[in-house]
Amino acid sequence: MIFLWAFLVGGAICAVGQLLIDVAHLTAARVMVIFVVAGAILSGIGLYPKLIDFAGAGASVPITSFGNSLAHGAIAEVKRDGLIGAITGIFELTSAGISSAIVFGFLASLFARPRG
Amino acid sequence: MASKNDQPTLPRAVSDQRSFQEVIADHLPRPATGRNTIVAFFIGGLICLVGQAIQNGYMALGFSKEDAANPTVATLILIASVVTALGGYDRFGQFAGAGAAVPVTGFANSIVSSAMERRTEGWILGVGAEMFRVAGPVIVFGVVAAFFVALIYAAIAAI
Repeated sequence: MIFLWAFLVGGAICAVGQLLIDVAHLTAARVMVIFVVAGAILSGIGLYPKLIDFAGAGASVPITSFGNSLAHGAIAEVKRDGLIGAITGIFELTSAGISSAIVFGFLASLFARPRG
Repeated sequence: MASKNDQPTLPRAVSDQRSFQEVIADHLPRPATGRNTIVAFFIGGLICLVGQAIQNGYMALGFSKEDAANPTVATLILIASVVTALGGYDRFGQFAGAGAAVPVTGFANSIVSSAMERRTEGWILGVGAEMFRVAGPVIVFGVVAAFFVALIYAAIAAI
């Protein structure tokens, strides 16, 4: 069942992104920024973790999840250490995404050439 | 300036006083919003489905449900990086639009393709500086938003 919800919720988030591009005439970069900010806000009010519980990778794979992880890490450290956590906790959960993208991007520029 | 009513016999193109924009609007391709949205839905959904399969694999290896999300994202980024390096993600992105851009694979693609394209401008000012050309704004606004969300959370908790 989790597979069905992952497909439907993940697909729906991408469809909303496509509508923002086609109907509201936003660039893809703007849509990604809006989605990240939306993910952070939905995390703050406690909705996004529930969506991840419900839809699994359907919620944790789209870029909204990146915003959720940023805010989630910050809030967790605010709870533990007080205000300074809003700075120290932000990259707590997003290390995997950013670090792997930097390392693989560097390696790709080392070994691969762009085509076309 | 001849209006439509004065010279009804003139061919349409000559007598028509519609603006240039209105005339060419009939001949421009319309954005296929319906088709684009359906493709984005199915491709985006499929990428999440693959993500779920990978996540279940990590859970079978002993990761908890929450701990499995991070290695899943890293694995998807690895796959997207290899596809980008081999030159496949660009065509895929043109076909799938937001279905390819919104999942974390699109985030990885933007970093890897920027790094590859800017290689000719050198390691420091090319690869190093331009890698985050597209992904940078996402991180900047995401971090700022997360900071204020955490501040507001702390303020509400303090009340």
